[in-house]
This record gives sequence, C-alpha cells and structure tokens, in this order.
Amino acid sequence: MEDLSFHHPVRERAGGIRQSAIVGVVASGNLEVLVERVLPDAECAVEIKTAAMGFGEVWSAVIGDFVERYSPGGLKFSINDGGARPDTVSLRLAQAVRLIAGSEQ
Amino acid sequence: MTSWQNNRAARDARIAAGAGLAHGKVVEASDATRLLEAVIRPGDRVCLEGDNQKQADLLSRALLAVDLSKVNDLHMVQSGVVLPEHLDLFDRGVAKRLDYAYSGPQSARIARMLFGGKIELGAIHTYLELFARYFIDLTPHVALIAAVSADRDGNLYTGPNTEDTPTVVEATAFKDGVVIAQVNEIVETVPRVDIPADRVHFVVKSDKPFFVEPLFTRDPAAITEGQILTAMLAIKGIYAPYGVQRINHGIGFSTAAIELLLPTFGERLGLKGRIATHFALNPHPALIPAIESGWVRQIHSFGSEVGMDEYIRARSDVYFTGPDGSLRSNRAFCQTAGLYACDMFIGSTLQIDLQGNSSTITTSRIAGFGGAPNMGADARGRRHPSEPWLKAGAEADPDSPAPLRRGRKLVVQIGETFGDKNVPLFVEKLDAIELAEKLNLELAPVMIYGDDVTHIVTEEGVANLLLCRTAQEREQAIRGVAGYTDVGRGRDRSMVAQLRERGVIRRPEDIGINPLDADRNMLAARSIKDLVRWSGGLYAPPSKFRNW
Repeated sequence: MEDLSFHHPVRERAGGIRQSAIVGVVASGNLEVLVERVLPDAECAVEIKTAAMGFGEVWSAVIGDFVERYSPGGLKFSINDGGARPDTVSLRLAQAVRLIAGSEQ
Repeated sequence: MTSWQNNRAARDARIAAGAGLAHGKVVEASDATRLLEAVIRPGDRVCLEGDNQKQADLLSRALLAVDLSKVNDLHMVQSGVVLPEHLDLFDRGVAKRLDYAYSGPQSARIARMLFGGKIELGAIHTYLELFARYFIDLTPHVALIAAVSADRDGNLYTGPNTEDTPTVVEATAFKDGVVIAQVNEIVETVPRVDIPADRVHFVVKSDKPFFVEPLFTRDPAAITEGQILTAMLAIKGIYAPYGVQRINHGIGFSTAAIELLLPTFGERLGLKGRIATHFALNPHPALIPAIESGWVRQIHSFGSEVGMDEYIRARSDVYFTGPDGSLRSNRAFCQTAGLYACDMFIGSTLQIDLQGNSSTITTSRIAGFGGAPNMGADARGRRHPSEPWLKAGAEADPDSPAPLRRGRKLVVQIGETFGDKNVPLFVEKLDAIELAEKLNLELAPVMIYGDDVTHIVTEEGVANLLLCRTAQEREQAIRGVAGYTDVGRGRDRSMVAQLRERGVIRRPEDIGINPLDADRNMLAARSIKDLVRWSGGLYAPPSKFRNW
C-alpha cells in the first residue's frame, strides 16, 4: 500500500449543496471515491490509498488535470484504489463531482 | 528428349502409391498416417489446413505420427499455426521450414521455438500475401484440408467455414499437387459442392468433427465504460463526418462496443442508413442488434462463427449463402474485399509508436499478422471513388488538383491508453524491433505501418493524422491522445493545444460527447443472453459463453 496526498488551490466552489457522495467499488483495476464538502471554497484535497506502488507522478498529473478541468472547490476526495488505470481514475473523480453537485440530498 | 510433364508424372506416382490404401478415394482414419507416408516425399511443401478457425486436426495428428525415415524436413506453408500438433511437427523433425500468417493460440511457443532454432522461418505473411505466394513460389506439393462432408466421388461440402479451402485446393490441384481431405462424414449427396471432386484425390473420414475455434464472440458483459467512450468518439467523430458505409471491424472489445451502440447512440444521431451498411466481416454476434434494427444491408465473411449458423441461414438477405442455405465464406475473396471495397478499417492493437506504427508482437509472443494488414492498408491499386475515400484524400493532400488526387482509406486504431494490467498502448519503441534484432529478421513485424494510419482514437479523443503536415506534428498528435502514459506525459503542451485548435486533435467535448454519458446502459445488448434474445433464439452461443 502507498498513501498519497494532494492539495490544490481552486478557482471556484463546486456546484450543488449535497454534503457527501460515493462512487465506484474497491476491486482490482477499479477504485472507490468518497467525496465530502468539508473544505473552504478555494481548496481541494485528494487523499489516496493505493495498492499499486510507485505511480505518484501519474497520480499527480491525473489530479492536476482533474482540478483544472472541474474546479472542485470545497471538496475532499478520499480514494481507495485497487490499481485502477488513470483513465478510470479520471472518470470516477468526474462522476463523484457530478454526484455531489446533484440536487438530491 | 526433354520431358515437360515430370510434375504430372510425379503427382500420378504419388496418387498410385496412396491408392492401395483407398477404396475409390476413401481411406479409413486408421490408415491416414500410412496414406501420408505413401504420398508425401521428404522436403515437400505441405499445406496442412490450419485456417483462422477451421483445423484439419485428424490429418495433423496423422502427419505427426509418420515414420521419419519416409517423411521428414517438410516445408510447411499454412496460414494458421493454431494447434499444438502444428508445432510438434517441428519438434519431432517431420517439418523443418515454415511460412505462415497467423499463430494466435501458439504465439508464446512459436516464439520460443524460433529463438531456439527449432523452426527455420521463411516469413510471416498476411493472409492474402501467403495465398498469393501459393501461386508463385510456395505452391504446395500436398494439401491436407478439412471439410464437413464428401460424397463417394470426392465432392466436398465445407459447411459455413469454407475459409481458405478453395484457395489452397486451387493452388495445389492445378499445379500437379495432391489434395487429401478429412471429412466429418461420407454422404450420398453433399448439400452443396464447395470443392469439385476432380480436385480431390483422397478422402479420410474422421471419427469426430474437425475443430473450430470461436474467435469472434465478444461478451457484451465484459465491455467497459472506457471502451464505450472510445466507441462513441469513433461513431460521432469519424463514422459520421466521413459518412463511412463500407467497413471492416477488428475483433476487439472497442469495435464490439461500436456494433452494440449503432442501434442506440447511432440511432439517436440519425445515422441509420448513412453509416455502417456494408461489411467485410466474420459473423460477429455483437452485430445482431444492428442487423435486427435494419442498419446492415450486406456482409461478406472470411469464415463463420460458432453458434451463428441458424441465424445466418435465416438472414440470407444480409449474408452470402449457398443453395443449401448455409453461409459460404471465403477468406481470400473477403480479404480482397476488405482491401479494395471497404472505405475504413478500425481495430485495436497492443503497441503504437511515435510514428503511428503498430504491432501486436511482444518479445515473448509472436501472433503473426493474419489479415489486419490487408484491411489496415491503403490500397494503392484502388481506382473507384467514394465520399469517405475522397474526403480523406483531400485532407491528406489539399493542394493537388482533385482529378489527380488519390483518395485514402480510413485506417483507424482504437484503444484505451492503458491496456490489460496497466500496460501502456503507446511506446517510444515497438517490441517488434527488439524481436527482429533477436531473430535477425530483415523486417520488424509491424502490423500496420504508421503511414497507413489515418486516425487514432482513445478515451482522450481523436487524432486525425491526415491533417498533420510534419513528422513533428504527427508525433505530438499521437502524444496528445496518449493520456497519462509516458508518451502522453512527454507531450509538448503548447503544440498539442495548437493541434487541437486546428482540429487535428479533438477532445470528447470538441465532438459533443460527455465522458460521463458513457454508460453500459447504452449498449443494445449487455450480455450474451441479450444477443440470443435479439436473434429470436436463432443464435446458439457455445457453452463457454453461457452462464444460464
């Protein structure tokens, strides 16, 4: 296991009012993302527990692009990763943002 | 006096030597090895019918059992090296030299044997190329083929998997060779004549049906969201703007996803009748929903597919069928159709380099070429115009006067940036080059050359290489859709941004696709059972694909 942690300043607060959401599953080649609206509007944090060692650089690139594209201000993401591919990580993060921005509580 | 009929005399002598074991043309299975010892001479070129799917398995076992003092050092010229026996022949010394096209199931062992010097390799070919050489410098002395049934005269019915048989027989029988067929049964009258009796010299009745591998069945349940996204990008970003109607699909999951999105996503885009109407394609079960929804007008096939027989029989408006009602496939003709009469090839690969060269070879596996290079190549001899071909030609060469400008076939590589076990699709250097160095090959086994590739589709978007004007642009266009692979992260960001502005790279949002919409619910069928339902119960999947 490897633990990684990323903090980014963010342009805008993420939409919606929902407080938390969860997407994905913990399985080989997949990941679970818990997203919580617990940070100041101009901040974003991503905490990762991953089964695959030595991919810090790739994670950094994936998270950087994600923050740039979706501006998830105020959100903390906790990822439980089963060795998912970067494109799957990007997709789950985007799904998490969509879910927490949704109207249902 | 010079004799000009030595070969015919030699052929007659071989047949006479075998005749003692036959009643008419029919030889018992228990005498098969003795027949081969009588007919085959040391050093002969032998085509042991190993096709992509159908295997002359009884005759391969019989050949493996020959007395080495009678039969040895054969030169095998066969399209598929598929059964373990095909390679056992080399281990035992029955065969020495090999010219072939495809070795999918034996890819790891054939690599070990080539490295170990057990096999003297002629060359690895594409199907059409090997078939062509059957008529020039690799003509078989003896062909060992497989059919479903024969009559007493030797007329053969191949069933739906006709595949390579007519080509092999043509080259052998008309150039003084001997043709030996294994058949599942001997009947009074064959359902249709696929091979006329006067081209067949011996018939061996097998005690069990010849082996056929289901190669083209993709379980919709295994299709991922990433594959659905790339399929959406291909349909909306390539099929639609070029109006591609005549197509060959590869056998991967991404193209299976395309087939399953036509009646849903494609329908919503209003593309029915405008794209994907004519195919050079095996009878893919995944295409059933599109056929049933009225998308597909005609399909010509290289071979058949296990479980599709009754469906094909009931859909003769779509498939090529014989007077008996069953599919008639033909690999040589279908390969030619894919080369000359299709406007697009789209398929997956294992590795793509910075020039766009692609290869399915890794240093420990040599799967051969099969037919993909024939489909995935611009046909320089093509002369008939069509909308997609002209449009692609104009994009590649906007400055030439239109009447003198060649069109271009669309050759599309589709895949996710990371494959199985997180192995990157994009690489700086193909493993095929290392393999060529290790084996002292003059050519690296490249599946599709970069200069034939027109588009690369990944979950990151579509790269249109036709619009690249320099090698550097081409490299950056490829890096630009290579995602988080090392190749992708090594991109020049400003150049990739410029390429995007010019439409060389189009991201999902540039094509009007939200990656979050890529959902398995969009597939017209989400399981093998769904495909059976779509077919009205006519599709009978092999047991390994049934979980009910």
